[in-house]
Amino acid sequence: MSSTSPTDVAPAAGATDAPARSTGLSINIRQSGIYIAFALIVLLFTILTDGALLQPQNISNIIVQNSYILILSIGMILIIIAGHIDLSVGSVVAVTGAIAAVLMVNYGVPWPLALLITLIAGGLIGAWQGYWIAYFGIPAFIVTLAGMLLFRALTLTVLGNQGIGPFPDAVRTLSNGFTDGYFGNIGLGPLGGADLFSLLIGIIAIAGMALTQWRTRAARLGYRQTVDPLPVFLLKIVLAAAVILFVVVQLARFKNLPWVLVLLAALVLGYSLLTNRAVFGRRIYAIGGNLQAALLSGIKVKSVIFWIFVNMGVLSAIAGIIFAGRLNQAGPTAGNSFELDAIAAAFIGGAAVQGGVGKVVGAVTGGLIMGVINNGMSLIGSPSERVMLVKGVVLLAAVAFDVWTKRRAASAPR
Amino acid sequence: MTDDILRMRGITKTFPGVKALQDVNLSVRRGGIHAICGENGAGKSTLMKVLSGVYPHGSYEGEIFFDGELCRFGDIRDSEHRGIVIIHQELALCPQLSIAENIFLGNEQSARGLIDWNRTNAEAAELLNRVGLHENPVTTISDIGVGKQQLVEIAKALAKKVRLLILDEPTAALNDEDSAHLLDLLRGLRDEGITCVIISHKLNEVMAIADSISILRDGRSIESLDMATGEVTEDRIISGMVGRALENRFPPHEPNIGEEALRIENWTVHSPTQRGREVVSNANLTLRKGEIVGLAGLMGAGRTELAMSVFGRSYGTDITGKLYKNGKPIEARTVREAIRNGIAYATEDRKRYGLNLIEDIKRNVSAAALSKLARRGWVNDNEEYRVADEYRASMNIKAPGVSSITGKLSGGNQQKVVLAKWIFTDADVLILDEPTRGIDVGAKYEIYSIINRLADAGKAILVISSELPELLGLCDRIYALSAGRITGEVQRSEATQERIMQYMTKGLDET
Repeated sequence: MSSTSPTDVAPAAGATDAPARSTGLSINIRQSGIYIAFALIVLLFTILTDGALLQPQNISNIIVQNSYILILSIGMILIIIAGHIDLSVGSVVAVTGAIAAVLMVNYGVPWPLALLITLIAGGLIGAWQGYWIAYFGIPAFIVTLAGMLLFRALTLTVLGNQGIGPFPDAVRTLSNGFTDGYFGNIGLGPLGGADLFSLLIGIIAIAGMALTQWRTRAARLGYRQTVDPLPVFLLKIVLAAAVILFVVVQLARFKNLPWVLVLLAALVLGYSLLTNRAVFGRRIYAIGGNLQAALLSGIKVKSVIFWIFVNMGVLSAIAGIIFAGRLNQAGPTAGNSFELDAIAAAFIGGAAVQGGVGKVVGAVTGGLIMGVINNGMSLIGSPSERVMLVKGVVLLAAVAFDVWTKRRAASAPR
Repeated sequence: MTDDILRMRGITKTFPGVKALQDVNLSVRRGGIHAICGENGAGKSTLMKVLSGVYPHGSYEGEIFFDGELCRFGDIRDSEHRGIVIIHQELALCPQLSIAENIFLGNEQSARGLIDWNRTNAEAAELLNRVGLHENPVTTISDIGVGKQQLVEIAKALAKKVRLLILDEPTAALNDEDSAHLLDLLRGLRDEGITCVIISHKLNEVMAIADSISILRDGRSIESLDMATGEVTEDRIISGMVGRALENRFPPHEPNIGEEALRIENWTVHSPTQRGREVVSNANLTLRKGEIVGLAGLMGAGRTELAMSVFGRSYGTDITGKLYKNGKPIEARTVREAIRNGIAYATEDRKRYGLNLIEDIKRNVSAAALSKLARRGWVNDNEEYRVADEYRASMNIKAPGVSSITGKLSGGNQQKVVLAKWIFTDADVLILDEPTRGIDVGAKYEIYSIINRLADAGKAILVISSELPELLGLCDRIYALSAGRITGEVQRSEATQERIMQYMTKGLDET
């Protein structure tokens, strides 16, 4: 390829070729495709439902109804990035919900302690599966397929084959409830009254986002890296702020912020940081991208794999508590096929089957896409078989798009 | 006029950036055994892949005449249809299937769409008889040894009505007895009128069996020798294989050699797959600060295995021996320990073992020493960018930026990323396995310059290479490895290709 002659290749201390200018408006279709698709789907159902989709109560419903899937998809994306899969999360949701119910309802354990024990139980379940996968070397598909049966059986045993409820108020509030209106309401002109506290939280969130983005940009400039030109940067911030503001205003007009939204926001933020910035997160990408290279780079592959399954167990326990609290009962069929929704969310959100690729925000967006399709289609009265059909097509289309862009990129001239 | 079953004329095959074959001619006489000799990378396997249709017509230049007819093979089935069968060094058998099933794989003995098992097994038994393998045809392949598997491959070729049988390093993995049996079998096939082409590094074997020899070097055909003249010797073949004029392809370098950096003592490694087989036997090596040491050896000599076993026991089982770093004994039982002890190993297969091809340059550079860029588990990605960009500049990695995906870089630039990754671990002993494999001449020169600069910075460097001129041009001292044993050590001033080649082939005849 290079036709350099030996004379002019004496490696210069400061190579002079300037870093390529990013053109700013050229959009990386593979990375941002998912968000564009999400926007289009929201737009489509807003039109089809005459705006009912974006009504305050409906937005709240979408978030609350899908919260457990979204939480599961966060754990699932880490596992898929590492090149594994977890088929057991639905059963783990059921068994952890059952453990929480038995502790609180049958044994009267105080709810904070009961939640803690449940989370630890989730972690132990994850450790069990992580051991077989990472240290014993059985494919995750098999181990978690077995887990799917094992933990469903355990659920039925713990529950004695019947639903257990009701839960203490605190747990129900976490799953179903809303933040209190600490500062009362405020008039928003034609939009009517809205909760001041929620609005303030929203404004603080926007300010925080803008500030961290600005500081990141400033730091990069300090290192003389290429960044988005200022107008593009501002446009992105304004767009993101507008979306957040819209959602928060709508929620404030309805009741307040759902507690699960607060939890979800914290999880998304925390896990995005973990995957982007933490050494542990980087290891996951390295393992999924090239296992052999990771081994030869001294990465403790087994330990990383073990811990992402422990993590999945804990997140499944959180989802289990929320799901049970929302129904106010832990039932034997809880969490059925949740694993499929979580896996679909991860793949719609841009994960690759071979591993090494994926983002937490992408997986959550993938989950929201399915949530919006569910919600929107039920609003226009589609039968459930048609909803399933559409979700299947969307999943296939999302992965086909990913494969297609990858193939195009591979054949493109270098 | 000679009766040639095969004539290849003016074969040129180009890979991106590399000319693997250039105007190669090959003639094979009917009913003879023809050997093709050449160093690793001389183009022998590529030539055979062109012949057998692995590289289809149109992907190369030149003409192939088989039985006097011009052939244009679109794939391997086309060439097999004409009776050309190639047996690769890595056997292409399904280990879980029976001998008979393997023999007729893709060539099933069927009647009306259903396999006739009686005919299959009966014909398999007959073929096994012809190759002198006394096994039941229903035996599973994984239950028989490598030598017998090789015979099954030949039986499989016979089932396809083979007329020209090509064997790529057929005895590389065989013991003496199996090798002798195989060579006898080839003579038997020759008497039945089947022409054989054999690629082998074992010159004594070539001398014993071949009727004629073609020598390839650097992708060109050098000469053809007729064994019937009785004048051909092993030395004569060696000088044909290596006798290229040394061009000025290496940057000048004045070594500044210091104290001992790494000493490997009585190092013995056993194969993880073949129980009891020693891959490296009782090896002793010393690397000094500022010194570039070469490790020469033929394919299968155990070079990579030696290096990887030293690098945190990433290859092999039942490893014995001692490591000394700066005179003190060290333990390097895991890759992490090896890295912590300042040892780095840059793999020969950068795509499979070296790089995360779907990630960008900076994340690959930081992969083996990420903790250097992190505080309390959090990575400073601005520092990561700065470090990677420094390497990009100092090593002249040609890419739009350090956020470029490594899978899209050329081989030379990928290699530089691998080197940057290991230099960033602060290693002071670097083992570079085939550092210039598959990269073009200009980039090779740059890699050599980088290696020289590393030595000047006081690092001890071990270069493993199949290209003898590279070792001669780059190294201050060269070890030769043959069948897992260190068979020689040559100073730069005394090193010649012939001498190293002799060490590299030493002991092969006995084993």
